[in-house]
Amino acid sequence: MEKIGFFVCHCGSNIKATVDPNVVLDGVRSIPGIVVAEQYPYMCAKTGQNMIADAIKTNGLTGIVIAACSPRMHEATFRKVAEAAGLNPYMVEIANIREHVSWIHKNKEEGSQKAVALAKAAIAKVKLNAPLFPEENSVIKRALVIGGGIAGIQAALDIAEAGYEVDLVESSPSIGGKMAQLDKTFPTLDCSACILTPKMVDAASHDKINIMTYSEVEKVEGFVGNFTVTVRKKARSVCMEKCTGCGDCWNKCPVKNIPLEFDLGLQNRKAIYIPFAQALPLVPVIDREHCIMMKSGKCGLCQTVCQPGAIEFDQEDELVTQKYGAVVTATGFETINLDKFGEYAYNDSKDVITSFEFERITHGAGPTGGELKRLSDGRKPKSVTFIQCVGSRDISGRGKPYCSKICCMYTAKHAVLIKDKYPDVNVNVFYIDMRTPGKAYDEFYRRGVEEYGVKYIKGQVGKVVDKGNCLTISAVDLLDNVKMELETDMVILATAIQPVPSAKPLASMLSASIDTNNFMTEAHAKLRPVESPTAGVFLAGAGQGPKDIPETVGQAGAAAAKVIGLLSKDVLLSNPCTAMVDINACNGCSLCAPVCPYGAISYGPATVNDHGLKTIERVSHINQALCQGCGACVVVCPSGAMDLQGFSNKQLLAEVDALC
Amino acid sequence: MLNPAFETKEILLNSRTIAEKCMKCGRCSAACPSYEQMDIRPHQFVSYLMRGDVDGLLSSTTLWKCLSCFACVQRCPRGVAPAQLIESVRLAAIRQKGGDGITVEDVVGELDDEMPQQLLVAAFRKYKG
Repeated sequence: MEKIGFFVCHCGSNIKATVDPNVVLDGVRSIPGIVVAEQYPYMCAKTGQNMIADAIKTNGLTGIVIAACSPRMHEATFRKVAEAAGLNPYMVEIANIREHVSWIHKNKEEGSQKAVALAKAAIAKVKLNAPLFPEENSVIKRALVIGGGIAGIQAALDIAEAGYEVDLVESSPSIGGKMAQLDKTFPTLDCSACILTPKMVDAASHDKINIMTYSEVEKVEGFVGNFTVTVRKKARSVCMEKCTGCGDCWNKCPVKNIPLEFDLGLQNRKAIYIPFAQALPLVPVIDREHCIMMKSGKCGLCQTVCQPGAIEFDQEDELVTQKYGAVVTATGFETINLDKFGEYAYNDSKDVITSFEFERITHGAGPTGGELKRLSDGRKPKSVTFIQCVGSRDISGRGKPYCSKICCMYTAKHAVLIKDKYPDVNVNVFYIDMRTPGKAYDEFYRRGVEEYGVKYIKGQVGKVVDKGNCLTISAVDLLDNVKMELETDMVILATAIQPVPSAKPLASMLSASIDTNNFMTEAHAKLRPVESPTAGVFLAGAGQGPKDIPETVGQAGAAAAKVIGLLSKDVLLSNPCTAMVDINACNGCSLCAPVCPYGAISYGPATVNDHGLKTIERVSHINQALCQGCGACVVVCPSGAMDLQGFSNKQLLAEVDALC
Repeated sequence: MLNPAFETKEILLNSRTIAEKCMKCGRCSAACPSYEQMDIRPHQFVSYLMRGDVDGLLSSTTLWKCLSCFACVQRCPRGVAPAQLIESVRLAAIRQKGGDGITVEDVVGELDDEMPQQLLVAAFRKYKG
């Protein structure tokens, strides 16, 4: 016979003002099984907790119901109280009479009656509760960081500094990411490479960090604390151990006209190349698609000149499988394609460039050696025009609905960089809104206007036409209501950013959710911003949403702290409110696995009891460590074999019966 | 004919304000008691100057509708002081047309107890017509 304790919380006046506790107690007292029914102003306070603990011990309660605030607030508190008093913590039910009653109703009489109804439902449920026990899973003390930009580098460094092994996987031949391509950083205008390369070197020389460049994640299995990940190390065709990075090979390579990805195609590279001078590791890659030796078997010049004999044409892709306790995704961003924005003449004119391309043009190692030049005729422009929000805040389908966040500031930076080097150049910026929240950001932009004479015009440009020797721009100055037709020599488009295309397949491998724009989703937008809803997967950098360098570094550190917290545990307790399959009822129809968002369901043979006849059937199997208890499988199961522990169909129906 | 570029520079200099500090928030116009009477509003006045359109300002009614109450100066979050800019353009106009302003002698006969002192000060900056 069950012995149920019932407790009503006043929550000060939060509940008591709209719900009469005495009415609630009177309403449940006569329910069979209720042996204690009490009230207290603050059940969550120490005195309230002691009251529950004493009642459990004195009466030998088999279950308790607390009519109080949302279980999100204090379910964990009361479960701890129960456990300390010797009751299984899953024998606790909460009737939410604050958020669901007192806060949303005005009439005390009706409110009290509704509270009684909810209390009855919770009592009906708790009678069917069964003790549950969390499973213990061991934690692999190694982390995987995916993406070798500043986010990944920072996360890897922080995790490694805490003493854990880290594998840093990067798809391009060098770590460094987007930050390596930038010239200066706002708002201090310090040189991007000068602050990035020391971190790259720290990561590369750290004895706890294993960098895998030119590599991609191919397969992910497992769960928090115990992921098994396969990484494809693409054939570099150069032996990492033997190569000294001397450069003889790429100097001799006869294939010259391959657009250099690092320079956004503004400079060319060889078929064997390093992306940039400070590349780490300083070991070239052979681009097999363009290498003459790989295509026709004739050439091998690089092999001839390589004194250490590092060139290995016969290298093959290598698959490396490793176990990890935690994963950080730091996959980053790219600029959107501008084919749909014909009005800005990006595809028609060499003098219309993206801000990211300008970053290379103003860079000392870029295609013009840092000189401001028109790419069409090499002439120094007299006037440069920036257009902001190109493809951002655009719900027409051509662009992205969100604000790309970094453009206002990098445009302010570019404008100042031009004015600083060439004060005689006219610089106009067309903007919709100026968004400069950040330490010393607005001051920086205002300095551009007030000290450097950058002109800001509110209004989006309607059309850009390349007239050969100059470009014409049609716009409206919205603040003065003046139509503007102006001539300029160069147009720079602050192009919207988006997650890299590999983020989506990676998210599905990790069972980590992504939003409609393919940004990684966080577990809670405010309170769990560096965690994926999938346990053990953490987020850093612009792959989670547009962000600048300081925010990215901050988030990477936060993600690393979460990883360190996870890896410092020897075992993880799983939530026992997971799905459970009755293998005798399961008919192996395979409807459940496709709806599982966590990849927790697989199928395999098991001995089942078919009306006394023991046979081996293919049935559903649930990985308890992966299951998050969402219940999707329970809903689709046609044979009623699936059920959720702690929230079984029987329990829920009992609640419904108690209500009506 | 005046050189407009030179004139703009001089007007800005005389106003002792930095028009580039304007962020176009509109508080000056929102605070202005003569807003309805003006053809170029205080915030536009700043833009006109930054564009160098002095002719437009010289021919505007705003130039003489401004009460010089300095509400805009007091409210401006950036220290631009539109009233001082207007004042500076007035001085340019006065210099251009030659002195025909109100004198102390003209004012004596017009004085009454209800007249705000501010109006008197403003009157000295205006033409008799």
